Amino acid sequence: MNVVVCVKQIPDPADPGQMDPETRTLKRDVKLILDESDSYGVEMGLQLVDAAGEGEVVLVSMVPNNEVSGLRTALAMGAGSAVLVSDEALAGSDALSTAKVLAAAIRRCEADLIITATESSDGYTGTVPVQIAELLDLPSATFAKSIEIDGDVAKVQRQTEDGYDEIECSLPCVVSVTAGVVEPRYPSFKGIMAAKNKPVDELDLAALGIDPATVGWAGARQEIVDIAEAPAGEAGEIIHDEGDAHERILAFLDDLKIL
Amino acid sequence: MATEQALADEMVDAVRTWVDRDVIPNVADFELSDEFPQAMFDQMCDFGLFGSTIPEEYGGLGLDITTYTRIIEELSRGFMSLAGLLNTHKIGAAMIGRFGTDEQRQRFLPRMCDGSFRAAFSLSEPDAGSDTGALRCRAERDGDEWVVNGTKMWVTNGMRSSLVMLLARTPDDRITCFLVEKEPGESFEGITVSKKIDKLGYRGIETVEMSYVDHRVPHANVLGGDDGIGHGRQYALSALELGRINVAARAVGVAQAAFDAAMAYSQQRETFGRPIFEHQAIQFKLADMATKLQAARLMTYDAARRADAGQRVDLEAGMAKLFASEAAFEIASDALRIHGGNGYTTEFPVERYFRDTPLMIIGEGTSEIQKLVIARKLLERFPVE
Ligand SMILES: Cc1cc2nc3c(=O)[nH]c(=O)nc-3n(C[C@@H](O)[C@H](O)[C@H](O)COP(=O)(O)OP(=O)(O)OC[C@H]3O[C@@H](n4cnc5c(N)ncnc54)[C@H](O)[C@@H]3O)c2cc1C
Ligand SMILES: Cc1cc2nc3c(=O)[nH]c(=O)nc-3n(C[C@H](O)[C@H](O)[C@H](O)COP(=O)(O)OP(=O)(O)OC[C@H]3O[C@@H](n4cnc5c(N)ncnc54)[C@H](O)[C@@H]3O)c2cc1C
Repeated sequence: MNVVVCVKQIPDPADPGQMDPETRTLKRDVKLILDESDSYGVEMGLQLVDAAGEGEVVLVSMVPNNEVSGLRTALAMGAGSAVLVSDEALAGSDALSTAKVLAAAIRRCEADLIITATESSDGYTGTVPVQIAELLDLPSATFAKSIEIDGDVAKVQRQTEDGYDEIECSLPCVVSVTAGVVEPRYPSFKGIMAAKNKPVDELDLAALGIDPATVGWAGARQEIVDIAEAPAGEAGEIIHDEGDAHERILAFLDDLKIL
Repeated sequence: MATEQALADEMVDAVRTWVDRDVIPNVADFELSDEFPQAMFDQMCDFGLFGSTIPEEYGGLGLDITTYTRIIEELSRGFMSLAGLLNTHKIGAAMIGRFGTDEQRQRFLPRMCDGSFRAAFSLSEPDAGSDTGALRCRAERDGDEWVVNGTKMWVTNGMRSSLVMLLARTPDDRITCFLVEKEPGESFEGITVSKKIDKLGYRGIETVEMSYVDHRVPHANVLGGDDGIGHGRQYALSALELGRINVAARAVGVAQAAFDAAMAYSQQRETFGRPIFEHQAIQFKLADMATKLQAARLMTYDAARRADAGQRVDLEAGMAKLFASEAAFEIASDALRIHGGNGYTTEFPVERYFRDTPLMIIGEGTSEIQKLVIARKLLERFPVE
C-alpha cells in the first residue's frame, strides 16, 4: 500500500506573515513549516500503511528554494520518502499550476491512494485536490473524516452538514481529508533522527517534463488584483440579563443563521 | 559526542509543542489529586525520552547533556513532576553506563530505553539525608547472593520502577551499590512500599518509603562487580554531580513558567485605572525575576556545555543548582505576589509553581550542602602555593 500525501510547507502562522505588495502574495522566504492541515493526512496515511502491513507514505510537496523543514516533520512522524519540486519558474503559480506540478510528481510514485487536506491554511482555495484528480483522471472524494481500504476500494466517510455520507471509490483515487479527524502523532526522537537520512527526491520542471511557460507567473490564469488588511475584530455585544437574556441570545444566534 | 544542533532543536521543539498543547492545559485536572500522569508518561515513552541519554550501542539515542537539559527545562515548564519521572532513571542509567561491568551494561541498558523498565535511585534513609555516610541499610553476603535488610526513605519512582539503584552498607562497613531488580508494585520478595509520602508539590509522581526484609540480590548485581564493592557512595555522588545540572534545568523550567504567568497577568490586571505592570513596584519585580531567570539559565547551560566538552563541572554544576533553585523559589514567590489574591487560589497555576520550587532547593543536596561542596571545590581549585 503506497500512499502519497501532498504536504504544503507554509510560513509559520504563529509568526504574522508578510504580504509582498508587488506580487500581492505571501512572502515565502522565511522558515517554512508543515501546514497543520496536512498533518492529519500524514497521520491517516501512516495508519493506512500500518493497517495494510506493507508499503509506505510518500510525501509530495512543491515549494520555493528546495525548503525541507516542513517535510522533515512529516518524515519524522514516519513517512518513508519525499518528492520535492522546486523551480524558479514556479514563482507565481496559481492553484491550477500547482495541481499540474503535483500531478506530474505523483505520476512518478505508483500511488494506491493520494491524500490531501481539504484546504491549505494559507492559500485556502480548496481547489487543488480535485484539480489533481482531474489531471490524473482519477476518482476523488472530498471532506473525508475516515478512510478504510477494502481490497481495491477505498471506503470513505464524507463529512456533510448533517452527518456523513458513506461512499466507495476504486483505487487509486484522490481523497481530501478534513482537519481534526485524527490525532496527528508527535514525531519520536528516533523518527527525528531517522528523518535526516530518508530519501528526498528533488526535482525541477525539466525533470518533470513541464514547460515553464505553462506554470508560474507565465502560466497563471488567476491573478490576485488587490489585497486589503482584514478589518480588526469588533467588540462583541454584551447582553446584560434582565430576565430575557436567553431570548436575546437565541435571537442573536438566529440572526447569524447558526440555529 | 555533541548532538547535531538542528536535530537537537527539532527534538526540543517537539517536546515544547507537546507541553504547550497537551500538558499545560491538563495538569490542573489531576495534579492536586496526586494522580499518576499516565497519558503524559505514555507520550514521553513514545518520544523515546527514557532512552534519550543511553548510548546508541545499547539502543538509546545518546543525546548530549545540553540537549537533555533543554528537554528537562521544557518538561518542567509544563509540569515539573514529568522531569522527575525521568530523573532517577537517567541517574540509574548513567551509573550503569559509567561504573557497571560490560556484562551489566549489556544486561540492563537495552531494557532501559523504552520506559517499560524504569530505574529508581535509593540513597536516602530516615536518618541519612545530607549525611550520606550515616546509612544503616545492610547487605550481608551469602554465597552467590546478598541479603538486604533496612529501610530507605524518599524513593522517588520507587513503586513503579523495575530497578532500584540501592545503596547499602556491606560488611567492610563501606557502602556498595546494588542493582535491585523487582516487579513494579507495592511488594516483591521482601521489598515493601511501607509508606507513600504525601507531598506539598511534586505531585502525581510517587515518593515512597521502602523496607527490605531478607531480600536477596544476586552477586552479579553488585554495580561494578567485585571491584565495585565498597565504592557505592562514590558512584552515587558522581552521578549526582550531573544530576545537579538536571535539577537546575528543572528550576529554570518552573521559573520560566512562573515568569510567563506573571508577565501576562501584570499586563491584564488593572488597578487604579491602569495595568499593574505600569506600577513601578511591579516593574522592578519583573525586571529582577527576568534577570535571575536569565542568569540561572545561562549558568545551567554553561555547566551542561562544559560537561559535554568533557570538562570538570563539580563546581559549575553545584553553582548552577544552588543559584537556579533559589532563583526559581524567589521567582515563583514573586509571581504569586503579582497575582494578588488570585495567586493564592488553584484557579491559577502560580500556586503550583510556589509548591514545586522548594523541592529543587532540597533534593539532590540542599543549598547548605551545595555551599559546603562548592567551598570545598574552591579550595581544591584555588589553593595558595
Ligand atoms: C499568485 C500566486 C502566487 C504564488 N506564488 C507561489 C510561489 O512563488 N511559490 C509557491 O510555492 N507557491 C506560490 N503560490 C501558492 C501556490 O502555488 C499554492 O500552493 C496554490 O495556489 C494552491 O493553493 P491553495 O493553497 O489554496 O491550495 P488548496 O486547494 O487550498 O490546497 C489543498 C491541499 O492541496 C495540497 N497542496 C496545495 N498546495 C500544495 C503544494 N504547494 N505542495 C503540496 N501540496 C499542496 C495540500 O494538501 C493542501 O492542503 C502562489 C499562489 C498564487 C495564487
Ligand atoms: C520529594 C523528595 C524526593 C526525593 N527523592 C529522593 C530519591 O529519589 N532518592 C534519594 O535517595 N533521596 C531522595 N530525596 C531525599 C533528599 O535527597 C534529601 O531529603 C535531602 O538530601 C536532604 O536530606 P534530609 O531530608 O535528611 O535533610 P537533613 O539532612 O536532615 O537536613 C536538614 C537541614 O539541615 C541542613 N544541614 C544538614 N547538614 C548540614 C551541614 N553539615 N551544614 C549546614 N547545614 C546542614 C540541611 O541543609 C537542611 O536545611 C528526596 C527528597 C524529597 C523531599
